[in-house]
Amino acid sequence: MKERLRYRNARNLVFKFFVIVFTLISVVPLVLLILYIFKQGISVINWNFFTSLPKPVGEIGGGIFNALVGSLLIILVATMMAVPFGVTTGMYFSENSRNWVYKLAHLSVDVLQGIPSIVIGIIIYLWLVKPFGKFSAFSGSVALSFMMLPSIIKSTEETLKLVPHALKEASLSLGVPYYKTMLRVVMPAGISGILNGVILGVARVAGETAPLLFTAFGNPFLSLNIFKPMASLPLIIFNYAISPYDEWHRLAWGASFILVSMVLILNILTKLTEKRWKVQF
Amino acid sequence: MEGTILKTEDFNAWFGSTQVLKNLNISIAKHKITAIMGPSGCGKSTFIRCINRMHELNQNATTTGKIYLDGQNIYEQNPTILRRHIGMVFQNPNPFNTMSIYQNVIAGYTLNGYKLNRAERDVVVEESLENAALWDEVKDNLHKKGTFLSGGQQQRLCIARSLAMKPEILLLDEPTSALDPISTAKIEELLFGLKQSYTIIIVTHNIQQAARISDFSAFFYLGEVSEWDETKTIFTNPKNIQTQNYITGRFG
Repeated sequence: MKERLRYRNARNLVFKFFVIVFTLISVVPLVLLILYIFKQGISVINWNFFTSLPKPVGEIGGGIFNALVGSLLIILVATMMAVPFGVTTGMYFSENSRNWVYKLAHLSVDVLQGIPSIVIGIIIYLWLVKPFGKFSAFSGSVALSFMMLPSIIKSTEETLKLVPHALKEASLSLGVPYYKTMLRVVMPAGISGILNGVILGVARVAGETAPLLFTAFGNPFLSLNIFKPMASLPLIIFNYAISPYDEWHRLAWGASFILVSMVLILNILTKLTEKRWKVQF
Repeated sequence: MEGTILKTEDFNAWFGSTQVLKNLNISIAKHKITAIMGPSGCGKSTFIRCINRMHELNQNATTTGKIYLDGQNIYEQNPTILRRHIGMVFQNPNPFNTMSIYQNVIAGYTLNGYKLNRAERDVVVEESLENAALWDEVKDNLHKKGTFLSGGQQQRLCIARSLAMKPEILLLDEPTSALDPISTAKIEELLFGLKQSYTIIIVTHNIQQAARISDFSAFFYLGEVSEWDETKTIFTNPKNIQTQNYITGRFG
């Protein structure tokens, strides 16, 4: 009996050991990776880096102002396009989960989530770039908004499904029309989850390079016209990193640092929105 | 019967192919409390959900027959407008969790887009909370979230929210089954006072409750009204053997 107990305890210990070791093996490289990016990038960061445009090869200095502005603009436009469609689709899914439209659309969203970003880039290239004969930030935004959709749709659907049915009934029984019930009672109750999905969607596309290669293309100058080619952080990292110049490599590290920080901040933001907007049922 | 406010005529209701209400012919007296009793699944809740046309919101739910409110067939009216005249309180308290107590009471107006000025709003809120016997307990916390209240207070808040719309009929679907005895007593007392100005239909599992507060009782069995009469008669001299068995606790 005692022998058996000792054997069990030993097995427990071995199991615990493996859990801890495997966790370390997966987490330590991640932490090191982030630290390495910070170490390489932080030395490049100064005021000039944010506010000046890239310089030609051979000249020291230069910054990523155009890429920073471009990234923000492209993501902003993508978010503005993806949110209305994503939220309404999520709402439809949460309300009608039995008919064939739901099944088909839900499957499509699952597939969309798995489509490689480069494929989306190519498709948008064929749909928006080729017919109009020019690269544009707008087509980049469209590509990114496609990539944001699954995250927004799914989080909206899941959150709205969690909103108690009783709340909807309370509103309907007061004679509130269906659309107002959805917009003013059900949606506000799920706002934290919806915001979460949007922010995670932004974080997901912030670093996407492939869909922008064929669409926004890149631009060495500052551009605010979304129907013209535009620079962005991932593109500038890609271009600088594959160049043979040390100075450009340094700039690529700096831009990577900014990008990783942005994603980090967005993730912290999701935690905060969860706390701030969470509604108690 | 004199003073009838609501009358059903050969009313039937279905969920898909299951008939839950069979050939209902019943009249509800104005400014009285009518209790609906019966074992689980006998169609009590479905019946009151047909009165404000919430039943048809379920998938595959259908009805036939007529329900007259003040002589008008409600199935020929617009359901959303109708629901503004018929208040409903549910089994579990369901205040709007994003709104304060004040906003909850006035929600029927704000959500429906009725414009009231500040003074009018204040009057409606105070009156409704007074009527729901909640004013004294919450008057200093009107702008706190309604979900911080106790279960019994939340339920009275829901009653206040319905009363704010000045409904002709107040439907209560087992309003006290999730509450403790003290909260239950408070709500019963409150209903007693409300029947001066409102017609109340209450679904209840609690036979004693029906006996205590109602003027009329209806006993539902398997989707049919097995018996309905003045509460006194039902409890002292039931005509139907099932009714007798139910109220004496032999089944149900």
